[in-house]
Amino acid sequence: MTTSTGHPILDIIVVALALTGAFFMIVASVGVLRLPDLLLRMHAATKAGALGTGLVLVAVAVYFGEVGMTTRALAGVAFLILTAPVAAHVIGRASYASGVKLWKETRRDELAEYYSTHSPTLVPGSEVRQDPS
Amino acid sequence: MIGEINSNLDIAMLVVFALVSLAILTALYRVFKGPTLGDRVVAVDLLGVLAVGFMALYSLVTGESVYLDAAIALALIAFLGTVAFARYYEIDNRRRKARNPGPGASP
Repeated sequence: MTTSTGHPILDIIVVALALTGAFFMIVASVGVLRLPDLLLRMHAATKAGALGTGLVLVAVAVYFGEVGMTTRALAGVAFLILTAPVAAHVIGRASYASGVKLWKETRRDELAEYYSTHSPTLVPGSEVRQDPS
Repeated sequence: MIGEINSNLDIAMLVVFALVSLAILTALYRVFKGPTLGDRVVAVDLLGVLAVGFMALYSLVTGESVYLDAAIALALIAFLGTVAFARYYEIDNRRRKARNPGPGASP
């Protein structure tokens, strides 16, 4: 393989971006492997994973440096930034509704007062705080 | 093409590929280990994101634009799969709770 943009500084930028992205990918998967409960794992997977892949895509955008490829890579970044939080939200919501066990050292479960413990079905809008009056 | 190493940057890209492969294997371990269905879906979601990065890197070292298109399509499919799964999980859970409500279930 011949990885070169033809410009030494651009080459260094590309490799630095790709290496940083790979580092954050490792952080994400180690987090998914080692963190104690589902919501913490989701927190590692979505944020670090999206950052790692986003940096790699920016490296691709810099490397090609032409309109078509750069637009595609940056569109990929934008799509990733838009979808990662949504995916994390729906997985977290479904898992919480199915009564997933939280870590034993969890201090606060702010959703607990809005859902019944024994029948944790999510009713749309039930998470909105009701006015007591 | 891939297989011959021509510069220091090629070595750096090989290191990047090794790191991403290691990340994918680590996420795969969580897919097999579980323990709950939600854990597996989180890991599969991460696998999809990592595969997008891997394909983007592959398009970088080969200079082919096709792999980047495939990466964007894969990002779309992985997102849709995750959302579809979450809906299914929630509805299935609601049905199961309705069938046999636990002790002290809210009326």
